[in-house]
Amino acid sequence: MSAHAEIVQTPAQAVAERQRLRLGMFYVVLLPVLAVSILAGIAIGSTPIPWQTILHVIGTKVFPHWVSTAGLSDSDIVIVWLIRVPRVIVAVFVGAGLATAGVIMQALFRNPLAEPGLVGAGPGAVLGAVIAFVAGWTLHSVLALPLAAIVGALLALVLVYAMATRGGTTPVATLLLAGIAVGTLLSALSSLLLSLHIVDWQVAQEIVFWMMGGLDSRTWTHFWICAPFVLLGLAAAMIQSRDLDLLQQGEETAASLGLDIEASKRLLTLTAALLTGAAVAVAGLLAFVGLVVPHAVRLVVGPSNRRLLPASALAGAAFLILCDLAARTVHPPTEIRLGVVTALIGGPIFIWLLWRRSWESGEGSAGQ
Amino acid sequence: MNTLATKNASISRNGRCILHSATVSLSSGQLLSIVGPNGSGKSTLLRTLAGLWQANEGEVLLNSQPIKTFSRKDVAKRIAFVPQEALMDFSFTVGEIVAMGRHPHRGRFSRETASDHEAVENALERCDVVQLRHRLVTTLSGGERQRVVIARGLAVDPEFILLDEPTANLDVEHALEVLELCSILARDGKAVAFATHDLNAVARYASSVVLVQGGKLIDAGNREQVLSRKNVEDVFRVRAELVASDQGHPVYVFHRRMDNYPAQ
Repeated sequence: MSAHAEIVQTPAQAVAERQRLRLGMFYVVLLPVLAVSILAGIAIGSTPIPWQTILHVIGTKVFPHWVSTAGLSDSDIVIVWLIRVPRVIVAVFVGAGLATAGVIMQALFRNPLAEPGLVGAGPGAVLGAVIAFVAGWTLHSVLALPLAAIVGALLALVLVYAMATRGGTTPVATLLLAGIAVGTLLSALSSLLLSLHIVDWQVAQEIVFWMMGGLDSRTWTHFWICAPFVLLGLAAAMIQSRDLDLLQQGEETAASLGLDIEASKRLLTLTAALLTGAAVAVAGLLAFVGLVVPHAVRLVVGPSNRRLLPASALAGAAFLILCDLAARTVHPPTEIRLGVVTALIGGPIFIWLLWRRSWESGEGSAGQ
Repeated sequence: MNTLATKNASISRNGRCILHSATVSLSSGQLLSIVGPNGSGKSTLLRTLAGLWQANEGEVLLNSQPIKTFSRKDVAKRIAFVPQEALMDFSFTVGEIVAMGRHPHRGRFSRETASDHEAVENALERCDVVQLRHRLVTTLSGGERQRVVIARGLAVDPEFILLDEPTANLDVEHALEVLELCSILARDGKAVAFATHDLNAVARYASSVVLVQGGKLIDAGNREQVLSRKNVEDVFRVRAELVASDQGHPVYVFHRRMDNYPAQ
C-alpha cells in the first residue's frame, strides 16, 4: 500500500513542482520587466533628465523629511513628479484594470477571446465622455470627463442586463448579444454627437483624440479617479476567483456545486464594468489590452483564476507602460495615440494567438 | 436513510409544459433509472430532482422537507449532478476539476482541508483517473472526460448522485465501467439515479425504473414490471423481443414497427 502510494506520489510531486516553477518563472521575468518599464517610463521623454535627478526628485517626494530638494530645479521637479510619474502610475492602473476586466469576461463568457467592453461598458463610457465634451462640462472640472465615463459604463451595463434578463435569469449568450447590440447603438450615438459638433473643430478634435486613447497630460487627479476603482475591482475579482473557475465549467455545473449563478454574474459584470469604466475614463479607448494580456498570461500560468488575476493585472500594467513609451518615442516630437499603439501591437499578437489556437486544435483532431 | 422525491412536480418552459405532475422518489441504496425516448423529459425530471430547476407546480422534497428551505450550498453538499456534456474549454488539470467538487464544503477564504484532500483522492481513485490527475482536461478523450466529471460529483461526497445520460458518449467498455461504478455506489448506500435510453443497461443494472414519455410518467417501480414488453413497445414505438443472454441477463432486441409510420 505504502509502496503504491510512493509510486503515485513521485510524479505527482514532480508535476506540482513544475507548475510552481512555471508560475515562479513568470514572476521572475515579469517583476523586473515591470520595474524597468516603470523607471524607463519616467526616465525617457522629450527633455533628457539624468537618472540621478529622477531618483532624487522621487526621493524628495516619497521621503520629504529625509531627502532635501537642494540642487533640484523647479522644472526637474515638475517634469518628473507632476508629468512623468503620474502618467506611468496611471498606465499601471489602467493596464491592470483592463486586464482584470478581461479575465472576468473571458471566464464569464467561457471564451478565452472575450474582452472587457462586451457588456456595453466600453461604448457606454465613451458616450458618457462624449456627452461631457459636447455639453462643455469638461471646461469646468477635470473630474467631469472621468465621472461621465464611469456613469456611462454603469448605465450601459444596466441597460444590457435589463435587456438580457427574463424571468430572473440572464443567459450569458443573450447577455453577449445584448452587449453587442447596445454597444453598437451607443457607439453610433457617440459618432452622431461627434458629427453634429464637427463644426466646432476644437471640441471635435478633442473628442477624436480622446477616443483614440492616450495618457498625455495625465495628473495625480487621474490617478485618484482611477486607482480606487481598479483596486476595488481587483479585490472583488480575487474574492470571486473560485466562482469564476466554477462558471468556466458551465452554469449548470456551477449551480449544482452551490454557486448562486445569477447573483454571481451580476456582481462579476458590475466589477468588470467598473474596471472598464475607470480605465476608459482616464485613458480613452485602448483596444486589445484586456483581450490579449489575459489570454497570453493564461498560456503561461494556466486557467486557475486565483493565479491568473494578479498575474494578468501586473502583465497588463507592464504592457501598457511599454506601449505608452512606444507612443511617446517612436515618432518625436509627435506622440502617436496610445490606442493606436495598443491596437498595432495587440492586434498581431491576437492574430498569432488565434492562428496558434486553430493550428493546435487542427493538430489535436488529426492526432486522434 | 436519505430520501429525495418530487411530488406532483410540473415544469413549464416557454409556455410549454415539459413535465406533468411527476411523483418520483429516490432513497439510499437505490439505483434508479429514468428511461424514455429522446425529448421525453428524462433530463427535466433529473434536473428537477437535483433542485436545479424549480417546479412550477408541486414540490421537491429532500429528506421530507421542501428543497427550497435548504440553502444552495446545503443542497449542493447533498446532491451531486453530473451533466451529459461537460464544458471543458479551459485547460484546467484533472486534479483542479475534481477539486471543484469540494466547493460546497469550502468557505470563500478557506484553504483545502485534510477532508477535502481525502475526498478528492478517493474520487480520483474510484473513477480510475488517478493517473490522469495532471493531464489537462482539454486533452482528454470523451470517456476520460466523463469519468473526470463523475469524479467531481463524487468529490462532493454527496448522499445523492444524479447522472444525465452518463454512458451516451462512451464506448462499451467505459459504459460498463460507469454503470458498474453506479451500482457499487448504490451498494455503498448512496442514492443513485441516471437518465438513459439504453434499455439493456437499465435491464442489467437498475434496481428500479421510471418510464417517461412526452413529459408524463408512464410507470414506475421494479424493472420487470416497468420495462414490460408492452410498456417498451408503446413508449419507444418499436417491436420488442425480450431474450435471455448466455448468462441469463434479460436482453431487449428491437425491430422497427412499420405500422405506425404511415399513420404519422
